[in-house]
Amino acid sequence: MSPAPDALQRRHRFQWWELLPWATGLAMFFAFPNYLSFGTQLLVTILFALSLDLVLGYAGIVTLGHAAFFCVGAYTVGILAQQLGWNEPLSGLVAAGLAAGIVGLISGFVLLRTHGLTLLMVTLCTMTLLEQAANMGHAWTGGFDGMPGLSFTMILGLFPFDVLYFKSQYLYSLSVLALGFVVVRTLVYSSFGQSLTGIRENLLRMHAVGAPVRGRLIVAYGISAALAGVAGGLFTQVTGYVNLAVLGLERAAGVMIILILGGHGRLYGAFVGAVAYLVLEHLLAKAYPTAWQLGLGLTLVAVALFARGGLIGLFEKLRGAR
Amino acid sequence: MDPVSILLGGLSSGMVLFIVSVGLSVTMGLMGFVNLAHGGFAMLGGYVIVLAMKHWGLSFVPALALAFVVVAAFSVVLERLLYARLYRAQELDQVLFTIGLVFVMTAAVTLGVGPETQVIRLPDWLRGQTDLGFMTYRTYSLALIVVGTLLVIALWLGFERTRYGARIRAAVDNRRMAQSLGIDVGRLFTVAFALGSGLAAVGGGLGAEILGLDPNYPLRYLVYFLIVVAVGGLGKVTGVFFAALLIGVLDFVLKLYFPKGGTLFIYALALMLLLWRPQGLFGRKSA
Repeated sequence: MSPAPDALQRRHRFQWWELLPWATGLAMFFAFPNYLSFGTQLLVTILFALSLDLVLGYAGIVTLGHAAFFCVGAYTVGILAQQLGWNEPLSGLVAAGLAAGIVGLISGFVLLRTHGLTLLMVTLCTMTLLEQAANMGHAWTGGFDGMPGLSFTMILGLFPFDVLYFKSQYLYSLSVLALGFVVVRTLVYSSFGQSLTGIRENLLRMHAVGAPVRGRLIVAYGISAALAGVAGGLFTQVTGYVNLAVLGLERAAGVMIILILGGHGRLYGAFVGAVAYLVLEHLLAKAYPTAWQLGLGLTLVAVALFARGGLIGLFEKLRGAR
Repeated sequence: MDPVSILLGGLSSGMVLFIVSVGLSVTMGLMGFVNLAHGGFAMLGGYVIVLAMKHWGLSFVPALALAFVVVAAFSVVLERLLYARLYRAQELDQVLFTIGLVFVMTAAVTLGVGPETQVIRLPDWLRGQTDLGFMTYRTYSLALIVVGTLLVIALWLGFERTRYGARIRAAVDNRRMAQSLGIDVGRLFTVAFALGSGLAAVGGGLGAEILGLDPNYPLRYLVYFLIVVAVGGLGKVTGVFFAALLIGVLDFVLKLYFPKGGTLFIYALALMLLLWRPQGLFGRKSA
């Protein structure tokens, strides 16, 4: 077979190096038992960034409000646990995903008829609306203080949440992330995922070949929202609290920065970006918060000007140049 | 509070919104460039004024003029060196670049001046109350309303009655056609960008009394400035003026009567409006 169709036919197959992140994830569990709380946070962030990659990287929807879905998931789990006494973690995650997915589908149906600046604005407004609503709905959401001290029953009835060392939380998050990754990977290489890339690259042509553009975008938005919701629910479960810090412009911009830094439209961009960002933040932000912000700003400017494609894009370029 | 003072209070904060946002509207309309760093120029202007008054003993009005010149010059440097590279780039790159710029500005101001809120001391003749005949009101708010009104008249005349304004209007309506007619849209944009950033700097200084002034200014008010521009329509001076007044008054009233979550309504209204008319309340449908 000639090389091009051959490569196209093979590209969805697993490569040996795709085991590396997961092996690293497991190795971290044994190598750094004292950093599992940080590791758990990292895994949740990767899942969140991965969900954004589906809409931003693959479908090309530039949104500033993705944190809204993270927030819906996080608050769904929190409200279920605190108000209704529903503490079972797995069903909690499913509920978070469903709630965020429904919000995503509805808002996608309404918002995705706009594009460009207007789309940026309406996603931003929707997120700010949710933020204000969460702040006002004191009886349900705890207002500004949020819901501290949530507890959950054992995972699968076997593993209790480990408040001190985060052992079970880490493995739990790793499993959820792996599941989420398989979903996204399968989706991206499916004909559905191909049509999303087509819409991103050439909207006019996709309309011309008769692809149901708006429907595809709305479904992708809904799936991505559901994944972000799962990430949010996971966040509430592993930390045991939820408050207004789960949303807001800074969080939405933060996850976008992570994805772009790693490389959007590339499956592993979320992984690389989250590790680079969070490790640097962990080391620098507390000691030199201002310098951290300055460095982050300069990095963003540099990435936008010179390194579109992020760290992975840079790596690909270097490999191509050799 | 009686209705007239509520109206005056809302109008004066609307004027500040207008002075800051009008440049953003024109530059976004001209190039379609998503400039999230516009509030940063307003903040820099405010800091120039604070520093000039503190260290050089400048009085308020000359300091305003200085802020206009300094920030306009600085924005031209940025525009030529960095912004210009991204005119043809995707929105995403523009968003990232300008958010990065906001972070850099915020960090630079924190490092250079400090994280605390700055106070701009108003001259004596702007403090106190003025007798309007039927009531007395804060002199400064009245001065803001007068300045904003004069500014919108000047800008409107510049836009509608000069050749330069006609070129800008033509380029906003149809950039390619304007270029085919020999209008140098790049040059036009540089000038509009400098003017807009300079005005934002003046707005940052004038509005410090109402909006405050600290390193988080650009991010905190980003959504507000964007809403004003989006509601007013891109590249429409009078549209931005009425949108700013509308939002200023609404915001003032809502904060007065619903101190908790009153801004919710502003976002909800802006959202519905943008879905109903994506080109803004006063904008024309783009071709």
